[in-house]
Amino acid sequence: MKELILLIIGSAIVNNVVLSQFLGLCPFLGVSKKVETSLGMGAAVIFVITIASFVTALIYKFILVTLGLEYLQTIVFILVIAALVQFVEMFLKKSMPALYESLGVFLPLITTNCAVLGVALNSVQYGYNILQSVVYGFGIAFGFAVAIVILAGIREKIEYNDISESWNGMPIVLVTAGLMSIAFFGFSGII
Amino acid sequence: MKNSPIERLLNGIIKENPTLVLMLGMCPTLAVTTSAKNGAGMGLATTAVLMFSNLIISLLRNFIPDRVRIPGYIVIIASLVTIVQFVLQGYVPALNDALGVYIPLIVVNCIILGRAEAYASKNSPINSFFDGLGMGLGFTVSLTILGTFRELLGAGTVFDITVLSESFYTPITIFILAPGAFFVLSCLVAIQNKVKNRKAKETGVPAPAGGCGDCSQCNNSMCGSRSFFDMTVDDKKKEEE
Repeated sequence: MKELILLIIGSAIVNNVVLSQFLGLCPFLGVSKKVETSLGMGAAVIFVITIASFVTALIYKFILVTLGLEYLQTIVFILVIAALVQFVEMFLKKSMPALYESLGVFLPLITTNCAVLGVALNSVQYGYNILQSVVYGFGIAFGFAVAIVILAGIREKIEYNDISESWNGMPIVLVTAGLMSIAFFGFSGII
Repeated sequence: MKNSPIERLLNGIIKENPTLVLMLGMCPTLAVTTSAKNGAGMGLATTAVLMFSNLIISLLRNFIPDRVRIPGYIVIIASLVTIVQFVLQGYVPALNDALGVYIPLIVVNCIILGRAEAYASKNSPINSFFDGLGMGLGFTVSLTILGTFRELLGAGTVFDITVLSESFYTPITIFILAPGAFFVLSCLVAIQNKVKNRKAKETGVPAPAGGCGDCSQCNNSMCGSRSFFDMTVDDKKKEEE
């Protein structure tokens, strides 16, 4: 149990997926204008990555390893993730309209989010078992959600500031992300 | 000259440089440019995938049904990435270890699917091949420049050769760490904005919003704004109504 908690803290905060590994940068910069939408995106990412890491871990362990086809992992994972997101979307639409309402528009954006594939590949590389993979996936996604909500909060404040013409827009957001990244470096001592 | 192999090559390297002008494929750009060598290696690996994915997709462009073309492209790209990964593992294991998970992640690099969708699916194989080569070299050049810059400031070396000796220069280590990547990129985008704004003032046409920043307005065919079965977020909203 203690190991799993350490794994969550490690993946969510110490090795934050966007701020130290640069995965999922597109939605991080693209969907962080308002806190409300960033919350939706964060929730959708948590949902998808947790499910995807479970499914890919199952497939890796029981199909690819059993058949000795580990080298096909990249192809299999990307297809599984893409199909899975599509299924999750259809399932939510049919059976949980309320959840679909809040997460629906973000789901297609996540398919090509490199964080999902990155998590699946990393858990294989680190040799995690199925439970560890799911916990690791959840931790990574939670870290993404925390980072995107914080960035959105800061961007809402920056909006009203007077910024020189060239630095307005993306550059100032990147500087903000850089400063956040320095702040998250402070956590690296805790594990 | 229009649409000839040479024009395609130059277009990719200069006019539509994927990193510096179109701002595509930012994840690997930031992650692997900790040194000039890693940047160049990543760029060349991507170039290899891009050339052959463009070639194969262009050859198959009349056979892949429209509805399932994106999954089809992804299978082709993922196979090529796996081959490249094997080659790197076999011949340059040190580079393979340095780039780690970012090699398989070439699959989800927006540049590759973007070129497949925007160019290779509509043009002849030879031009598509050179388009891939041009775009790939453009990517390599910009990654190498970024890597050189970061390595020089962060460690005082270029391609592992000491340029700024430690006797008079204290390396600013932060440039080879994660935050440095954000700072270097932000400077780059700011310079780009400056150029755009000046052009806009000269011509009177307002400058377009910079880079791959806003996914909701992004028309790059695959940069996350489309779902797997090729439906944009707007189509989806329309369908629901």
